[in-house]
Amino acid sequence: MSSAFVQMLQAVLLLLLAPLATGFVATCKARLQNRRGADVMQPWRNLRKLFGKEVVMAAHASWIFRTAPYVVFTATVMAASVVPALLVDTPLSLTADVIALVALLALARFFLALAGMDIGTAFGGMGASREMTFAALAEPAMLMSIFVLSLGAHSTNLTTMINHTLNSPFALHPSLAFAMVAMLMIAVAENGRIPIDNPGTHLELTMIHEAMILEYSGRHLALMEWAAMVKLMLFATLIADLFMPWGMTTDASLVGVAVAFALWIAKLAGLLLALAVIETSLAKLRLFEVPEYLSGAFVIAFLGLLSYYMLEVGA
Amino acid sequence: MLGILRTIFRTGCKPEQLAESNQLEASDQRLEAAIRKRFNGSLAIRQVDAGSCNGCELEIHASNNCYYDLERFGCHFVASPRHADMLLVTGPVTRNMATALQMTFDAMPAPKLVVAVGDCAANCGVFGKDNYAIAGTVSDIIPVDITVHGCPPTPTDIIRGILKAIEP
Repeated sequence: MSSAFVQMLQAVLLLLLAPLATGFVATCKARLQNRRGADVMQPWRNLRKLFGKEVVMAAHASWIFRTAPYVVFTATVMAASVVPALLVDTPLSLTADVIALVALLALARFFLALAGMDIGTAFGGMGASREMTFAALAEPAMLMSIFVLSLGAHSTNLTTMINHTLNSPFALHPSLAFAMVAMLMIAVAENGRIPIDNPGTHLELTMIHEAMILEYSGRHLALMEWAAMVKLMLFATLIADLFMPWGMTTDASLVGVAVAFALWIAKLAGLLLALAVIETSLAKLRLFEVPEYLSGAFVIAFLGLLSYYMLEVGA
Repeated sequence: MLGILRTIFRTGCKPEQLAESNQLEASDQRLEAAIRKRFNGSLAIRQVDAGSCNGCELEIHASNNCYYDLERFGCHFVASPRHADMLLVTGPVTRNMATALQMTFDAMPAPKLVVAVGDCAANCGVFGKDNYAIAGTVSDIIPVDITVHGCPPTPTDIIRGILKAIEP
């Protein structure tokens, strides 16, 4: 198989598996609440229904509101395709590095916030302002945590970073432990999960992500929700890539890709199960405590950077 | 955290078999079966309190708990009428809520369903139709698909009503 084919396969898999991943978290949470809940296919059924429904527009909606779902979805899917999932040196991962990945996510967020403000409802503007406040704190922390790994690999390119981890002998790096804790905290915040935001809430006053898409309906809503699911998948894959890339294949052979696929699914299932347990056992943070949580993540990533210089350079 | 997880593990899976209900009444002008079938397995519900005493709301809330577990049928509550397929209306429609109810119905994307929950929604109940503060029953304001009787109806009745509205 050519690496371009594996890249295509990986992008399609990300799109197809993203609703299943969200459904898996929802099912695990339902079981943890002693309910049976819906099965893992539920997000797919919801998407299919939404694509078949009418689109209702607010009276004041402009072109921004109409185009935002397409921009958000495309930018998120492009960002997700940059992250290697099966093969280490995919063509897209070689062209775009981590900074481009964060920029693509920022583009999606920018349009999401614009769409939230476009229709002029109180909740849309409130959600947009909260999202941007937290993004300003989450993005530096995310970059800082990835830079800890970049220092060792001398590159911000994901492929180079993964190759570096795969080729170096197994050792416990204190800097990686700090970076991983920071990255997990950021992933929870970026995906609007408890303790930062509750994806299942109906209280408009506590919403962040949901508040911006309250006015969307039909296929627009489907694209927005699908983009959010792809983003969860992206972060889970990114964490698996950066901190436990073992099993990813370096050549595009059938056996290598199959083994990488099986291990990828296992890693994702582990991470998503952990997310469900964390979401069940924690309460949502007060909104004013979120900046402290995010700056805490930044400080932990920074400690990782320091410990790299203190303990690992020249060792 | 470990205490919570231990309790969860000891309690186990609780949902019960859903009993039958004799409190339902279908209207003659419902959506066609072909359209209803599309909501089977995926239904978003928006609840509107048009002037209820909150008795029905408590029962609707209970339909989400681990004994009745509405979510296992693919139904979930949403925060905006734009996301909704079904409007669940409780209470007699007061004059203050009549416009709001009509606007909520108009804000929903087609195809849409309406289920009136409780005796008040069906016939104004104890509040009475000739009350000065009441604009009428739910079906006087918006077209109703299914009416669930009871004061308040049990969670079983409510879930059966919701499922009857989308049965093919």
